[in-house]
Amino acid sequence: MSKVKELILPVLLAVAVLAVPLVIKNPYWLNVLILILVWTSLGTAWNILGGYAGQLSLGHSAFFGLGAYTLAITATRFGWNPWLGIALGILLAVPLSLFIGSITFRLHGPYFVLGTLAIAEVLRLVALAWRSVTNGAVGIMVPRLFMGISRAPFYWFIAAVAIVAVGLTWWIERNKVGYYFTAIREDQETAESIGINTTGYKNLALVISAVISAVTGAFYASFLSYIEPDIVLSEPVSLQMAIVAIIGGRGTVLGPTVGATLLVLASELFRAQFKQAHLLIYGLLLMAAILFLPGGVLGTIQQRLKDRRAARLAATGATFVARKEAS
Amino acid sequence: MELLAQLPQNLVSGLLLGGMYALIGVGLALVFGVMDIVNLAHGAFLMVGMYTTYLLVNHLGLDPYLGILVSGPILFVLGMLIQRLVIKRIATASHMNQILLTVGLSMVLVNTAQLLFTADYRQIRTSYAETVIRIGSVSMNLAYIISFFLAVAITVGLYLYLMKSEFGRALRATSQDIHAAQLMGVNVQNVQMTAFGLGMALAGAAGALLTPVYYLYPTVGENFGLKAFTMVVLGGMGSVVGAALGGVTLALAESLGQIFVGHELKDAIGFFVFILVLLFKPEGLFGRARA
Repeated sequence: MSKVKELILPVLLAVAVLAVPLVIKNPYWLNVLILILVWTSLGTAWNILGGYAGQLSLGHSAFFGLGAYTLAITATRFGWNPWLGIALGILLAVPLSLFIGSITFRLHGPYFVLGTLAIAEVLRLVALAWRSVTNGAVGIMVPRLFMGISRAPFYWFIAAVAIVAVGLTWWIERNKVGYYFTAIREDQETAESIGINTTGYKNLALVISAVISAVTGAFYASFLSYIEPDIVLSEPVSLQMAIVAIIGGRGTVLGPTVGATLLVLASELFRAQFKQAHLLIYGLLLMAAILFLPGGVLGTIQQRLKDRRAARLAATGATFVARKEAS
Repeated sequence: MELLAQLPQNLVSGLLLGGMYALIGVGLALVFGVMDIVNLAHGAFLMVGMYTTYLLVNHLGLDPYLGILVSGPILFVLGMLIQRLVIKRIATASHMNQILLTVGLSMVLVNTAQLLFTADYRQIRTSYAETVIRIGSVSMNLAYIISFFLAVAITVGLYLYLMKSEFGRALRATSQDIHAAQLMGVNVQNVQMTAFGLGMALAGAAGALLTPVYYLYPTVGENFGLKAFTMVVLGGMGSVVGAALGGVTLALAESLGQIFVGHELKDAIGFFVFILVLLFKPEGLFGRARA
């Protein structure tokens, strides 16, 4: 019964998100919302590995780019249906993430971060050099997933991805997997010593995170209808994924959603004024978040609420609590 | 055989570039290896050094090599300021937070440069760059030769300074055991601030030396920043000499490797080497392991 009750609010929220295009018809705002959902999906994907399992990857552009290029290459070179391309991207994300994991999970702390960065950079350079397949810096024109002028189908697709990603995080947080992830984040050696297969669970977090990133990458390629290595495989993609999650709140279910909303809106606001300045703003926000809000927006709010609840409980008096528990 | 014919030229080019890599690596070794701060903004500081030199050459008509005397001190002061205001607050924080903070710092520096100078590729013109010296089949650009010797001179000078001076001793003591150093009367706060400033000054000097031989654009430092970690790791953490040797090794690996993989994948060699060293020889090629 309580399980069903717990589900009511999330399901209502998901329905509300899906209903948005019925109300908002303005293409500009629909585009902004699609971007928010793209970054929500990416930030949420990153958050599962970086926020919950504590493995700070700065190389997730590898999976985003894999999804984008698989769709683009299969559609333009082999004439595949773009939906098949998305499916293949998802399939390929699994071995690629396991391969990258088999290298980087042997590294610790800053070396893990630098290792992920280095691998993603190698992939970008290969994509630039391998012109016969990727067209190099010229890029590829990508077919659209949905015909017609309406942006709504794009919205529904990426909204579904975001809802699945956030829902999965919600589920993970409430189950054994989530506790294992957190145990690994807090103290890997202790987690190992109580019998958690740390490498296995780290790989699980990576695979989930890679698959969501790849789907989003494929979607983004088709939404933009053009890709090149510096758009989908570059360091800024990896950085933004991390920044979205960190500013919103690492290791919280809705943190990346909050982060994506704030950052996309901020960048729309600033893009109008100065062309490239939104990355400058991101940098400043990131520094401010680390220095003053290390838990991110949502993490800090949650901590405040928890503190207040604890304080209120203490004020009500321990005897009262004890009596209530006894009855 | 065509490959063999290319060899001497690439060897010399690699060595000349290696001098500058050494300087970049040593700067990062001071901050990362010695002070244990994961600084992903090192490349951005190098970029600031390059644009400072560019401005001096273009607006004051200064010789680019005199630019070191200006960009070095500017970066030294900027580095100390940033250490005092920002880095100090996270000196004891987790490596993750250090990385994220310096990533933020790097984004701020790079995008400020982009606002000020646009993303255009720029180049300064010097008489040296057009002078080519030929020995046998090997040709060398005069600017490269001057940059190389200056880089080596600065690296050696720094090494001697760290080994002989009172400050050098204090810095080495702080890196070995910060609490013991403090008990022995070392002002570790000042040492850490100065070490960060010095690391940035070296990045600035390397930037000044690169300006006559390289293009500049706001993201030019990104590649060098990640490569600098390769050099430090190759050299064995915490070793300034090791980082210098790591720089030369990496430059040689790149210039010889590009004979086989082509110019476009030259930068990938560095990252590839980085991963291999971390996996199979984490104590570095020239150093001892540090916990």
